[in-house]
Amino acid sequence: MATKVVMEALSPTMEEGRLVAWLKQEGDAVSAGETLAEVETDKAVMELVARSDGVLRKQLLPEGATVPVGTLVGVIGAADEDISALVGPSATASAAAAGAAPASRQPPAMPTPAHVGRIFASPLARRLAAERGLDLGAVTGTGPSGRVVKRDVEAAQLAMASAKAAERLPQATAGAVRAVRPREPAGVASAAATPAASAVAAPAVPLAPPGGYRDVPLTQIRKTIAKRLVQSLGPIPHFFLTTEIDMERAADARTHLKSLGDAYAVSFNDLVVKACALALRRHPAVNAAFLDDRVRYHGDVHIGMAVAVEDGLITPVVRHADRKGLAEIAAESKALAEKARARRLTPEEYTGSTFSVSNLGMYDIDEFTAVINPPEAAILAVGRVAEKPVVVNGAVVPRRMMRVTLSCDHRVVDGATGAKFLRTLKLMLENPLAMLL
Amino acid sequence: MPLVTYRDALNQALREEMRRDPAVFLMGEEVGVYQGAYKVSRGLLEEFGPERVVDTPITELGFAGIGVGAAMAGLRPVVEFMTWNFALLAIDQIVNSAAKMLYMSGGQVPIPIVFRGPAGAALQLAAQHSQSFDSYFANIPGLKVVTPATPADAKGLLKSAIRDNNPVVFIEGEMLYNTKGEVPDGEHVVPIGVADVKREGTDVTLVAHSKMVGLALKAAEELAKDGVSAEVVDPRTIRPLDVATIAASVRKTNRCVVIEEGWPVAGIGAQVVDDIQREAFDWLDAPVLRVTAADVPMPYNKHLEKLAKPDVPRIVAAVNRVLYRA
Repeated sequence: MATKVVMEALSPTMEEGRLVAWLKQEGDAVSAGETLAEVETDKAVMELVARSDGVLRKQLLPEGATVPVGTLVGVIGAADEDISALVGPSATASAAAAGAAPASRQPPAMPTPAHVGRIFASPLARRLAAERGLDLGAVTGTGPSGRVVKRDVEAAQLAMASAKAAERLPQATAGAVRAVRPREPAGVASAAATPAASAVAAPAVPLAPPGGYRDVPLTQIRKTIAKRLVQSLGPIPHFFLTTEIDMERAADARTHLKSLGDAYAVSFNDLVVKACALALRRHPAVNAAFLDDRVRYHGDVHIGMAVAVEDGLITPVVRHADRKGLAEIAAESKALAEKARARRLTPEEYTGSTFSVSNLGMYDIDEFTAVINPPEAAILAVGRVAEKPVVVNGAVVPRRMMRVTLSCDHRVVDGATGAKFLRTLKLMLENPLAMLL
Repeated sequence: MPLVTYRDALNQALREEMRRDPAVFLMGEEVGVYQGAYKVSRGLLEEFGPERVVDTPITELGFAGIGVGAAMAGLRPVVEFMTWNFALLAIDQIVNSAAKMLYMSGGQVPIPIVFRGPAGAALQLAAQHSQSFDSYFANIPGLKVVTPATPADAKGLLKSAIRDNNPVVFIEGEMLYNTKGEVPDGEHVVPIGVADVKREGTDVTLVAHSKMVGLALKAAEELAKDGVSAEVVDPRTIRPLDVATIAASVRKTNRCVVIEEGWPVAGIGAQVVDDIQREAFDWLDAPVLRVTAADVPMPYNKHLEKLAKPDVPRIVAAVNRVLYRA
């Protein structure tokens, strides 16, 4: 039986895709799982794969054309099968129109594959869909023979959430709505140990389990605060906290590490990522998300780092940054940034962060404010490290200083909460040894 | 904790149990004067004398039967088979006598005996000497089947096996004898029927026992480089099987690969998969896959032998399939 090849949602936020190149030509034999074409999504160049065995009978979309998710782009069938019913005039016309006028973009629907008869889904996917009130038939399966698996249910749920968020928030920093998808080994010693010199007490929020999260229903006062702040400031009521950090010790540590060899080289940004991760462990109230009727506190710390790419920016994620050593963070950040610039990040690599860091120090920016990456509760904007005259013990001396600004979602994070987080961050960066504790 | 070989950990367990209980004695081919074909019984003849460390003729059925009789008479024999391949000759005593006696005597005659020795493929020992019989014995009600992977487990489980009032089939790994690990000095007892999580993870559960635990841990390391967090669960005892621990792990990770050194058909892994589908059905995101020996007599040819045994790449490939990455 002939099957349709449709433009699939290849990333959680993908609404339309540009067909970069056909890798299979009309008449080529294809088997399920083989790559048919390369598709450029909103984030990266991905592969569109065959969902069934047969012959690629028809290409309905020219290379370079952009169409919404769900659009028919080809047909797979037996070599001698009549496929005229699938390749009706309407199908060809719409594809042609899409190719000719990519500017007129339809808002995409949720991917709605035409399931005939029984839906194949893993037992877990069925249970998750039932629990979350999702229609399994509306979820695109990416497993063998289109089986709906856990990641598909999660992607569908995120796509729905992001469609909602996108309506309200066209200017979001990176746009990607995130899922927590832990992928790193657990069981590493917790980095949450409180040093003796803890000047900063963590706010009382429920502890979330590693690898998960805990939802806490909004209290009346929280609801009122949320409502009033949204009225006054927009979808996400931002506020900003700036502090200046003495990077003298951090810079020395970095120079010293570098002298040990390339394997020990870390950037200021790596130090900031690590310090943020440790500070988030101590201030779980900042490692959170506002979800309309509740606040979600994440059990893991995944740091998104904004990377400028040719036509925008993307935030690849350093997972479990609190449990990783600096060398590991440095190596991972470098690899992720390179992949980001090559537009080869997979969705797993740019979703799921619980907090973000944006650094414009390399552009000689002293300080700036960053826009929160929803649904996260905060983002840290990092300026350059520069020598400045500073008063130390009554004398003016040159010190290497760095200004950071924390943008907070006021529905989740209050001023004092954000300030305490920054105080811990500052303590870590001014005393890099504290990060060992 | 001192680093001890698997071989010496077993020696410690035997020595400590023989000191603790005069009813315990060791019997088998070459266990005395030659100090064991694999030197597990080193020094025992010297310490305990020929009445408690008994060299037997090459008569597996005969001395296994003597062991069962001694157990009926109130002793606690440890019967060493030079390898489990030779124990096939004694299987009537193990299955028809040792495993049945408590039941057929109406609970009057317990058989506190341990049958122990190495099994599985070593290197180029050919088809008749490269076999895993874990699943054979796990099939028999009345037996317990213990398959330790580490020196500490070997010591702790052998002590439990000797103290157990039921016949215990204790399967060692020829390739494990020289492996080293930390072993607590003195009284270290590991209960029979309790699995051990050898590595924690979140994305996939690898169930492996005996020699396969090492492979699973190596595969987990490989997978970690690829961002996949694998949990390694070692049942340690395959009868009784600690289904609760395995199922709890699968409920956490949603995916599972079961590894065993033996053949695929009716292998212990099939039992594990059966337990998982019943106990964790609603948590499964993919069919459970197995990595086993090839379904052939073990080839003598070095290259074919390598292909016939489970290995790290095949475990990694199976994990990628249950994660829908391949």
